[in-house]
Amino acid sequence: MNSPLLEVRGLQKHFIQRKGFLTPRTTIIRAVEDISLTIQPGEAMGLVGESGCGKSTAARAMLRLITPTAGSVRFKGEDVLAARGPALKAMRRRMQIVFQDPYSSLNPRQTVGSALMEPMAVHNIATGAAARRRAAALLDEVGLPANALERYPHEFSGGQRQRIGIARALSVEPELIVADEPVSALDVSVQAQVLLLLRELRVRRGLAFLFVSHDLSVVRWFCDSVAVMYLGRIVEQGPVAEVLRAPLHPYANMLRDASPEPDPSRRGILPRIIGEIPSAAAPPSGCAFHPRCGAGLAECARIVPPLAPLSGGRAVACHLYNPISGKPLSTTQT
Amino acid sequence: MTPIRRAIRRATSNPTTTAGAIITLAIVAAALLAPLLAPYDPTEQDIMARLQGPSAEFLLGTDQFGRDILSRLMWGARISLTVSLGAIAVAIVIGGVIGMVSGYIGGTFDLIVMQAMDVLLSFPSLILGLIVVALLGPDLVNLVIAISLTAIAPFARIARAPTLVLKERAFVEAGHALGYSHSRIIFRHILPNILSELLVMGSLWMATAVRTEASLSFIGLGVKPPTPTWGGMTRDGFENILDAPWLAIFPGVAILLLVLGLNMVGDGLRDATDPKLRNE
Repeated sequence: MNSPLLEVRGLQKHFIQRKGFLTPRTTIIRAVEDISLTIQPGEAMGLVGESGCGKSTAARAMLRLITPTAGSVRFKGEDVLAARGPALKAMRRRMQIVFQDPYSSLNPRQTVGSALMEPMAVHNIATGAAARRRAAALLDEVGLPANALERYPHEFSGGQRQRIGIARALSVEPELIVADEPVSALDVSVQAQVLLLLRELRVRRGLAFLFVSHDLSVVRWFCDSVAVMYLGRIVEQGPVAEVLRAPLHPYANMLRDASPEPDPSRRGILPRIIGEIPSAAAPPSGCAFHPRCGAGLAECARIVPPLAPLSGGRAVACHLYNPISGKPLSTTQT
Repeated sequence: MTPIRRAIRRATSNPTTTAGAIITLAIVAAALLAPLLAPYDPTEQDIMARLQGPSAEFLLGTDQFGRDILSRLMWGARISLTVSLGAIAVAIVIGGVIGMVSGYIGGTFDLIVMQAMDVLLSFPSLILGLIVVALLGPDLVNLVIAISLTAIAPFARIARAPTLVLKERAFVEAGHALGYSHSRIIFRHILPNILSELLVMGSLWMATAVRTEASLSFIGLGVKPPTPTWGGMTRDGFENILDAPWLAIFPGVAILLLVLGLNMVGDGLRDATDPKLRNE
């Protein structure tokens, strides 16, 4: 087995919120509680979960766009969180991000050409005519004409802007792209085009992806593996086909059931979404999912289940599969 | 079409803005062309022709030393414009950098810097200018320093507010992800997005600077005589207000016209760059 591209261990990000002036009340928002994942070179991993579960925060902390509270992030063995100065700059070049909102991801006062050539200049990749040629080639690669170089972002549609954002990320020739809900702000017809482009780029350039999404069908189509997040923790992880075909964790199961099924013969189970995601400021005790879960073992409310490996590269954090006592306890419905 | 060009087009379609621009440009032209257009030397005294009313020979009359008022106004416009333009340019640069850096860094640093700016802002601009000129002595450079000091705090505030919004935008985050330095993000990505707001406020504050310069000259803290200044001429005219009212009226009208023109241009530019009126 080759060495992993990205190794995240025990990643945690808490936001501290102070309210009030004379007697400030401090609230800790536990956006990311404990995330560990490994991405191999060329692998596309989906990070899924409801909005508010901390998936975007986790992705940003991995790229060090925000500073994690705890944990370690290694890119090809190098410590991302300890890197400084030129080492950090060199590391940034190797991991890029594609944003959700194509309208805020481009500087409105910068031409497309300048947006593509600036990273090349900063990283001493190319300048002048060589940079222009590269920028034109990047535009061609994402399916935009070369005359877009002189134009401003407001002259483009959402899908075209997203292509420009992808071209900008590619301008520094990264090995890993974090795609933070890259198509969820786009029209459905445009979504498919941008997804096809991403998959084409992935194959051609051998890129690894961390694909943050709430759309399971997109993740099933794009990714090799998937990590399901719930309230700052990964609850289930494994190859995308197996996890989404037969989810083990009750939450993953619920998410899968809520996702539209394209094959009518396999429909029939009504979505069983119970309740809403609790606040990250006051997470439930024990397993964060226990108030919405039907399992209701005795330890669910008391003990946080660890993410325990199973066969076939899967892992699940649930007392049903890793009972403390060695065997499942009697189920007492809550 | 760039946003700036669209703003200019919208501004020039407004008659008030156009009128303001014509007034302002006429005064600027008179100041620039003073050596060619002024009928007399502004400091040349003609004691035989003192305190004359407007006539064909002296279009706006003469003062108590027989100096031509029109020529003095044209040369005086140079002082007004130089001082106010210089002061506002300095204030935009210093205030803009303070505001952007403070907003960008945020936290306690921002809090302290902005409190300091509020202290500066709490002085009426004339009082602040008066203190500085009184301390440094009245000359052209000190006037620029004094007046720019009165305008730094407002420009810092104007630069800070949009910086707070822009630094949360994804393109700034993309800059971090691409390894851009903080100064590159501030000056190449945030600055171009707030420049138009700074310049619009600059044209409005130019009018205030003209007024402050005139007021300081009026109370004798402007550029020293015999150099003509509009504020100084108004003050001199005041001594003969009963015999020769035009001496005070003409420089007063000149100040009024320049302030009015700049305000009309500033208002028009502000409306033209208002995002609510922008049709994107």
